[in-house]
Amino acid sequence: MKIIKTAVSAALAAAVSFSAQAAEVEVLHWWTSGGEAASAAELKRMLEERGHTWKDFAVAGGGGESAMTVLKTRVVSGNAPTAAQIKGPSIQEWGDEGVLADIDELAEAEGWDDLLPEVVAEAMKYDGHYVAVPVNVHRVNWLWSNPEVFEKAGAELPTTWDEFFVAADKIKAAGFTALAHGGQPWQDATTFEAVALGVGGTDFYTKAFVDLDADALSGETMVKVLETYRKTRQYTDAGAPGRDWNLATAMVINGEAAMQIMGDWAKGEFTAAGKVPGKDYVCSAAPGTLDAFTFNIDSFVMFALDGEDASEGQADLASTILSPAFQEVFNLNKGSIPARLNLPMDKFDDCAKLSGADFVATAETGKLVPSMAHGMSTFSSVQGAIFDVVTEFYNDESISAEAAARKMLSAVQSAQ
Amino acid sequence: MSRSKFDPQVWLPKLVLAPTMLITLVFIYGFVAWNAYLSFSKSRMLPRYDWAGLQQYERLFSNDRWWVAAQNLFIFGALFIVFCLIVGLLLAIFLDQRIRIEGAIRTVYLYPMALSFVVTGTAWKWMLNPELGLQKLLRDWGFENFTFDWLVNPDMAIYTVVIAGVWQSSGFVMALFLAGMRGIDDSIVKAAQVDGATLPTIYRRIILPNLGPVLFSALIVLTHIAIKSFDLIVALTGGGPGFSTDVPATFVYAYAFTRGQIGVGSAASMMMLMAVVAIIIPYLYSELREKRA
Repeated sequence: MKIIKTAVSAALAAAVSFSAQAAEVEVLHWWTSGGEAASAAELKRMLEERGHTWKDFAVAGGGGESAMTVLKTRVVSGNAPTAAQIKGPSIQEWGDEGVLADIDELAEAEGWDDLLPEVVAEAMKYDGHYVAVPVNVHRVNWLWSNPEVFEKAGAELPTTWDEFFVAADKIKAAGFTALAHGGQPWQDATTFEAVALGVGGTDFYTKAFVDLDADALSGETMVKVLETYRKTRQYTDAGAPGRDWNLATAMVINGEAAMQIMGDWAKGEFTAAGKVPGKDYVCSAAPGTLDAFTFNIDSFVMFALDGEDASEGQADLASTILSPAFQEVFNLNKGSIPARLNLPMDKFDDCAKLSGADFVATAETGKLVPSMAHGMSTFSSVQGAIFDVVTEFYNDESISAEAAARKMLSAVQSAQ
Repeated sequence: MSRSKFDPQVWLPKLVLAPTMLITLVFIYGFVAWNAYLSFSKSRMLPRYDWAGLQQYERLFSNDRWWVAAQNLFIFGALFIVFCLIVGLLLAIFLDQRIRIEGAIRTVYLYPMALSFVVTGTAWKWMLNPELGLQKLLRDWGFENFTFDWLVNPDMAIYTVVIAGVWQSSGFVMALFLAGMRGIDDSIVKAAQVDGATLPTIYRRIILPNLGPVLFSALIVLTHIAIKSFDLIVALTGGGPGFSTDVPATFVYAYAFTRGQIGVGSAASMMMLMAVVAIIIPYLYSELREKRA
């Protein structure tokens, strides 16, 4: 009997020590479409090269909403995955629940503090410890335009909101839709934050959407921002409500519409349609935000798991994600730019190069701000409260800008 | 002859029912209780068990979006039920005239019920879209000023949900009524005809009064479809424009699962439960009293 017991425990020990080198890495993500799925496959290949097994845990749909629901149930039932795609202040929310693992050891060894811009590094930390690794940087304040439509209408590419309305009037008169838009709350908010940044500037933006300052949320600047924002609605078409963003992008591609305000994932649609930047379409900063940059960073957060092998797997995963090879492949596929500084950008297109240069420049001037519409600046509850006010104001002409600004303040306060 | 305790007829039914009973207790009543507790807790992103009193309910009641959702449920529920009953009843009366190919026509009207609400919602979304559907069609035909933009008009969008819902469910109500009409003793109708009653009189005085129980079943089914409606709204309007077509079910989903406010979400679902209870309790009461009498 005793012999059997010893044999079993020896076998167990052997199994444990074997798995210390080869961990099973389970990663929750929602990269299920086209270029994103190709990137996930690349990550899998690189991890397998390091001797780990990859257990795919992809939950498609809803920009990650469904994935988050699944993740919550997994964590509550004590069965967290190795890592999950979580971004922005949600990292802090998960940190508060006490379920994250720190990867300081790796971060120190690889010198992440020097590799990453400070804003990015701060977002990856909970309570001063690295708990997440950034994958990419999306710029949100882009204006995508079709130069052919501009030419036909005799309009010029706008760099301020005043110019925007001048150009939009000409385009509308020429029989085109000036602004391609999809009336879904997050798209309404994407346009809104571009207007807020363009009209109010970065200081106002930061005060309102990062610090949630009462004066900024309900003050005069906000009223002006809201008024400008609603004015853009006249330049959208009647089919906008409920439209998906990629269909709005298609309107610009087909020459039905002149402009769209959307993050750089829109570039994937242009590329897929065989369009060339600078010739068939133009990417420029949203009006009035030339020297600013609203970022949306995807990241992977590590969960606290039992066992040495698990943390080794996490370290290898994080190190792979931040490796120059993966950063380049992934971001070429996705349309974004690498999260680590000083990577050669030769293989990227002009839009990405511009984004990369602006990213570095704004990081120094302090005009690199988190995107409110994409959950980078506040908790999801506050973000939702702002969405509600913005989308209601946009769709209901009977609400005055002053009333909406007051509503914004009270909604944000009650959601905190 | 008294049955022995060991007679299978005594213990077998109880044994067979026990697992179902247990599952119902845990997974329905147990979870209702858990949800009730969460609505009094400080839960945000994940369930937490610190007592917060009525704080979540205060938040809920000061939330504009909740009141829009509640009002929409009222508008949608009332119109949906009334129109389904009217359309269903009329269809049933027409089909009751022993017309030819009744079987085929009945199937045509009943078919929408076989579709999921997601399919219905998506199809109607396209038809009602001003740039794609009905409005464009009529304008292309030469009616330049024809406007039907309810889907994108925040004040009217909830009525498009009613249209799609009635289209989907009135065939089912028709089938219920038709079955009820066929169940009425033919000899009564014949006797009335002998007495010289006209067709409208026969329907008004004999057939409709006999449809009471059917009406009640239809009402219960439609009410619960209305209260739990979620998929139709998500597919048709996505709750928009803005949040003008939000209903309590979509509100609960948004708050509990995507906004990290489980407390507010649970409080809202408790309010939904209370609404159902307010309808069900009088019903149960009247049912049970009738049985006893």
